[in-house]
Amino acid sequence: MSPHFDVIVIGGGPAGLTAGIYLSRAKVSTLVLDTGIVGGQMVLTHEIANYPGVEHISGYELARTMKMQAQSFGCKIRSNIKITDVQLEGEIKSVEVNGKESFTAPAVIVATGGRSRLLGATGEVEFKGKGISYCATCDGDFFQDKEIIVVGGGNSALEEAVALTKYASKVTVVHQFDHFQALEHYVEEAKKNEKIDFIMESTISAFHGDEKLRGVTIQHIPSGEKTEMKIDGVFIFIGYQPNTEWLNGQLELSHYNEIVVNKDMETSLPGVFAAGDSITKRFRQVTTAVADGTIAALVAAEYVNRLKKEVRSVEVA
Amino acid sequence: MTLRTNLTHLVTEADHKKFTEENENVMICCGRMGPMCIPVYGVMEELESEYKHVKFADMAFDSPDAKVIRDLPECRGFAGLPFTVYYKNGKVVKATSSIQSHEEITEILDSNFGK
Repeated sequence: MSPHFDVIVIGGGPAGLTAGIYLSRAKVSTLVLDTGIVGGQMVLTHEIANYPGVEHISGYELARTMKMQAQSFGCKIRSNIKITDVQLEGEIKSVEVNGKESFTAPAVIVATGGRSRLLGATGEVEFKGKGISYCATCDGDFFQDKEIIVVGGGNSALEEAVALTKYASKVTVVHQFDHFQALEHYVEEAKKNEKIDFIMESTISAFHGDEKLRGVTIQHIPSGEKTEMKIDGVFIFIGYQPNTEWLNGQLELSHYNEIVVNKDMETSLPGVFAAGDSITKRFRQVTTAVADGTIAALVAAEYVNRLKKEVRSVEVA
Repeated sequence: MTLRTNLTHLVTEADHKKFTEENENVMICCGRMGPMCIPVYGVMEELESEYKHVKFADMAFDSPDAKVIRDLPECRGFAGLPFTVYYKNGKVVKATSSIQSHEEITEILDSNFGK
């Protein structure tokens, strides 16, 4: 018989861990499953300076504290697992892990977050870490006095483009639209920096090199015209995409593949809730993920307790 | 100079030499406490109990002695942290640059060191 819990939380980022803390503290037996290491995107944040009550903390430390807090209340946590099957319909939901273990519960909270969006251009995988990077604070110093490209037009792209001028001799921002999505402050900072150039309405269609990146093909989107450019490095900041493919159509998703929820974090299926960066919402912050996780946990606990009461009523009758 | 992980820390070139020579299968992650490195340390910490035939260690990238990894021919062209190197009987069998997933790491371990 499969190990049974009151709630299974899929995803161990700030939303999932918060749900784990609230549920376990309320004596609702809870299992948190994560396909990577616990902490989600939060772990990738070098410093968090806007989490209320904590002046400065690394994402890694905050994740570690949340994990220990959840475990101290009895929450079971399994990380680096592979989810091989999920059945969310019906009264009892099941999650199969690594093709050999199954867990069941009447309620599931989906908190699988998001991941950095890849450009999808030829050579992107081959040159990751050999000229292509997704982290300016990690890899910026490899490009001292070199020419680099930053791809993207949002806050992260323009903020990191400015930060990278500390190392690079020249930064070219390549953006697909004729305008930026970033806040005006970031746009102004980038435009007034003499080391930064802009190529608008364009994208990188291919990366070239040998043992490391040597150049790129830039395609002007309206005309389709392609030009070659020698370059030492490319930093890609084109936003995030929700981790929802594994749901295989079991939940209603938005046009952007985000899970549709109501104000109580209820999804299109009874007993299935969602929280964090994988849901439809405007702002994606650690604080908003924590808030989502709290709501999902409280409503899921109510749902589970209601089911238990109904079962007891039937048994008494 | 050591990293804040639960892995074995290699501090000097001599530590590195001893570790790679005395163990048949070795995985060393050379990085900082940054966003691309921490997930790799996390995977290694988890795999230590599962892959008992592999020895796992880390080394601080900014330590002068880490040149023993930074200057490896197999790491030429690398421009993304961490540099992760796999050794069999003291010889480099694989090296990767930048973040790697649990799946990517276990694939390398299984193909080079067996399950």
